[in-house]
Amino acid sequence: MTVWDDVVGQEHAVAALQGAVANPVAMTHAWLVTGPPGSGRSVAARAFAAALQCPQGGCGTCQACTTTMAGTHPDVTLLATEKVVIAIDEVRDLIMTASRSPSGGRWRVIIIEDADRMAERTTNVLLKTIEEPPPHTVWVLCAPSVQDVLPTIRSRCRAVVLRVPPPQAVADLLVRRDGADPAVALSAARAAQSHVGLAKRLARDAGARERRTAVLSIARRIRGVGDAVLAAGELVDVAKAEAVSATQERDAAEKAELMRGLGVADGETLPPRLRSQLKQLEDDQKRRATRHQRDVLDRAMVDLLSLYRDVLVVQLGAEVDLVNAELAETVRSLAADSTPEQTVRRMDSIGVARTRLAGNVAPLLALEAMTIALRPQG
Amino acid sequence: MIVGGAWQAVSVPPATKRRTATPLAGRNWDEPTLAPVVLVRGAEPLLTERAVDGVVGLARARDPEVEKVELEGSTYGSGQLLVAASPSLFGEAKVVVVRSAESGTEELMADLITYVGSPDEETTVVVVHGGGQRGKKMLDTLTKSGAPVMVCEPVTKDAEKASFVVGEFKAARRRVDAEAVRALVDALGSDLRELASACSQLISDTTGTVTAATVDRYYGGRVEATGFRVADAAVAGDAGGAVALLRHALDTGLDPVPIVAALALRLRNLAKVASMRGGGLSARDLGMAPWQIDRARKDLRSWTPEGLAAAISAVAQADADVKGEARDPVFAVERAVMTIARSRR
Ligand SMILES: [Zn+2]
Repeated sequence: MTVWDDVVGQEHAVAALQGAVANPVAMTHAWLVTGPPGSGRSVAARAFAAALQCPQGGCGTCQACTTTMAGTHPDVTLLATEKVVIAIDEVRDLIMTASRSPSGGRWRVIIIEDADRMAERTTNVLLKTIEEPPPHTVWVLCAPSVQDVLPTIRSRCRAVVLRVPPPQAVADLLVRRDGADPAVALSAARAAQSHVGLAKRLARDAGARERRTAVLSIARRIRGVGDAVLAAGELVDVAKAEAVSATQERDAAEKAELMRGLGVADGETLPPRLRSQLKQLEDDQKRRATRHQRDVLDRAMVDLLSLYRDVLVVQLGAEVDLVNAELAETVRSLAADSTPEQTVRRMDSIGVARTRLAGNVAPLLALEAMTIALRPQG
Repeated sequence: MIVGGAWQAVSVPPATKRRTATPLAGRNWDEPTLAPVVLVRGAEPLLTERAVDGVVGLARARDPEVEKVELEGSTYGSGQLLVAASPSLFGEAKVVVVRSAESGTEELMADLITYVGSPDEETTVVVVHGGGQRGKKMLDTLTKSGAPVMVCEPVTKDAEKASFVVGEFKAARRRVDAEAVRALVDALGSDLRELASACSQLISDTTGTVTAATVDRYYGGRVEATGFRVADAAVAGDAGGAVALLRHALDTGLDPVPIVAALALRLRNLAKVASMRGGGLSARDLGMAPWQIDRARKDLRSWTPEGLAAAISAVAQADADVKGEARDPVFAVERAVMTIARSRR
């Protein structure tokens, strides 16, 4: 066992990082880890941090390794955000932390997930410290692609590029780490298009697999405009319900915290003069639920896209594994009932719907235009 | 961005079952009742307020001296319910309203579960739960105990909005004709609170039967009402009329977004009614008001599925355009209106 076990299908990247750990000459103080969503950027960053702290270079079992992987190592700081933009003050705090020498570890490691979410001004405050950090400080920035960070940062970091791991590598991880059934794991890895987190959920949760299949079933169910409009309505309703249940627990905790912060005693209702503060929180929460709903819908569209990609593969006779191998029959029947040109048009319509959803078009309307294009006549 | 966890989300019921959520069972929000514990459940705040007022009103009618106590779920501390629900020193009856149980503390859930096992018969505890599944065990326990459940779900379907309006007038012992109900739902249906306040304004400002002309005088200039008029003209194939109405509306500064929404809704209803032809779905399943179904049936005689598909696609493009894809949002809506009119058979 080593800290690299969970970094799947990234032999080149792991070799580069391990090399830096083993050989001081190959070490540098600023790293930029890039890779598509689900490729394991933050897992890789954390493994690297653990390997740097570990006396054996990443054994996976010692105190340094386990605390780093658990996120509790005092000399490893991780900035993760759910916000759209990383605040400049958060980065200033990190710079303060970075200036201190490690408390007991071998390095002070600062990881910024989603470094693409820094405004230019924020990036600029980072530049100097990244260029000349204190001798025992290492910065690890993560972003979807090299183009997502400013050139000034890019040029000061050593790049490590992750790829989409092969489904088999993801499946092996699920079997080894989570005890998943090998066949289920492989089909989940394919369905998730190698996104490790999603694959894990699909492998573990039969309900999630069923729901995915149900989404994909609309491809065959839509026979006319009426069906298309109804199917779009179902997708939106379900996403809305899911958003409520996914965010409710956190909403409640935030509200309780706000009420305590405002000095409202146990069981008392909020005095009218403080209601605007609660209103603001509720508005934020509503926005978050809306975002979540859009994310759920986007995921459904990505899945539909994978189905039509399979259809195209069959239509073109390409020798490629199907993403949705367990839906081979659906794929074949869709392939037989349409032309490759139609399939491409359908994929385009799904892509357009995703863009529209991101651009704030009414979700139901965006989906209706999409499902209409999925009709046999479309 | 895809948040991890987003995916498990998408659950679509099997093809045979069209409804996505089972509606809550219980009595309507406007049928209050007294019981030791009453559960008011649903995500429409206007209706939960009214449901609570209804129960409190009944309690007052039974005993004018009744003492009302409010408890907030999100700050609830253990034992508070028992204190609040026990009879006061002077023996006055009590009605305890527990707010935001959906964001209630663990202590609240636990206390409610215990309390409902042996409630104080003199006291009425009204538990307000604003929707969702949080606190499911508590909700299930209360429901199983036989506590009445008042359902306050958001009023989203036009048929429900229409019956809401009818109910408002009925409660005020006023007459309203069907055309007026339709006009009100068209103009103000997107917000139940506005719809309710429009009803109360019409009830207090006018006498006699409220007609469509009355509604038009008060609310005809609203963007939604305009949107539906534009949509009506476009769906009827009257491109000239539709564009003229649209230009006039946009010139007076109306926001194009709700107009696009009205176009989308109108076409959506056509498509839904078209799907009834194949059988299977009833008017009830579609949640449309009878007048909408009649109108859609009539319109559909002049529409083909292909025309409908083209029209809906054009409206989706127009929505993207007015939200930033195009330089000239006004022209984007105009183009959609013309496409709709031309897509008719
Ligand atoms: Zn170690």
